[in-house]
Amino acid sequence: MNGKPLIDWAWIQGHLDDIWALTVEHIVLAFIAVGIGFIISFGLSLVAIRWRSSYGPITAVAGLLYVIPSLALFAILLPITGLTPLTAEIALVSYTILILVRNTVTGIDGVPIEARDAADGMGFTGRGRLWHVEIPLAMPLIVAGLRIAAVTTIGLVTVSALIGQGGLGRLINEGLRTSFPTKTITGAVLSVVLAIVADVGFVLLLRRLTPWTRPRGGTS
Amino acid sequence: MVHDLVGEIQALGAWFADPANWSGYDGIPNRMTEHLVICLLSMIAALLIALPVGLFIGHTNRLSFLAVTLANIGRAVPSYAVMALLFPLSIAFSVAGPGGDIAYLATFLAMVLLAIPPVVTNTYAGLRGVDGDLLEAARGMGMRGHQVLRRVELPLALPVMLTGMRVASVQVVATATLGAVFGGGGLGRYIVQGQARRDDARLWAGAILVALLAVATELVFAWLVRRADRNVHGAVGPSDPDGPVSPAVLPGSASSRPSS
Repeated sequence: MNGKPLIDWAWIQGHLDDIWALTVEHIVLAFIAVGIGFIISFGLSLVAIRWRSSYGPITAVAGLLYVIPSLALFAILLPITGLTPLTAEIALVSYTILILVRNTVTGIDGVPIEARDAADGMGFTGRGRLWHVEIPLAMPLIVAGLRIAAVTTIGLVTVSALIGQGGLGRLINEGLRTSFPTKTITGAVLSVVLAIVADVGFVLLLRRLTPWTRPRGGTS
Repeated sequence: MVHDLVGEIQALGAWFADPANWSGYDGIPNRMTEHLVICLLSMIAALLIALPVGLFIGHTNRLSFLAVTLANIGRAVPSYAVMALLFPLSIAFSVAGPGGDIAYLATFLAMVLLAIPPVVTNTYAGLRGVDGDLLEAARGMGMRGHQVLRRVELPLALPVMLTGMRVASVQVVATATLGAVFGGGGLGRYIVQGQARRDDARLWAGAILVALLAVATELVFAWLVRRADRNVHGAVGPSDPDGPVSPAVLPGSASSRPSS
């Protein structure tokens, strides 16, 4: 290198406000994408469970969206929706759907037949059984899908810097453009930290959602 | 502004019909080859690292927590950021001339990093998923550790291992496109050029070609997984090759696929 330190700590200290603003933008972009993706996928999963024959076509379309490179999707949407957060969100949402639908449907399919029988025996009707028995039991796989969707989305948000969005991705790009590695490293490291925080957050959420999986204490 | 879809599609057809786009350095055959070569090279490098690690922790069940944690963190590292960080290094090591791709090393290393986690976790999960009774029977028959690994664990774990390679390969094929942002070759070039020249047909063509390549990769692996599954389960394949995906898990929690 050219003698300068790789990380300019003074710059970071002087720009904490900017870094924080970009981090918030990153979180908001990812949160909206995973949130909307989850709502759409949950709806599609219910459709796929109700009408079995729709599962194949739904996953085929979601799979096609999944393999279109993010760069291409951003670029394709650009003439239509412009340099707006909408362009980023459409692409980001489309990547979550395959993972979330697959995991939700497989999770509900995997509910043991005994649990279903027991639910029927307790007088649950179709919809009550779905919401009170099958979906809670499918929670580990649903949350596993959310973990992957969240981690993937947080990474992909950095790419949306190419279309004027990007949160921490902007920092990565600026660092690259101005040959100032501090910015690139800061953006990359914080984006990884966000992904890990989201991943751990979902693990903790799952623990709260499925209290029956925890070993019980002495007083039982 | 009304978007002229018919005109776009016609322009796209014309782009693919233009012989200029089928020859030379910027032609489809060369760009497709570039894309395939970098994906293959990075997959080979990733397998050379990930398979031994996955096999070791799966077979011995040692260091599994470390490997699984590292794989989970690896998944959280965005490829775009890796490429950006390695780009200066990549320029320094690139060769001059028309074949000198300044983003090659950065793209290659980012793709290796991208491919390692799914291969490690699925190799590990595949081996751990092998029925303990079978392992005991194998040892009871006098097999040694490496024989158990080669003759019992590997064939039985192969479908899950291949599923990991499939996830990794499809991701690599789609993500290697990003190399073009940094001046690299491959099919991403059409997308970058299309955007720069406001040539939508070129941009769409690039997107379609990468998507086709990714789908083809997916289909090849789906076929391999089905074959491996048939070897394991006989003619009736009970497990869903498109099973759910899971972050790396430790023994005791859900496996990466429903048990068959």
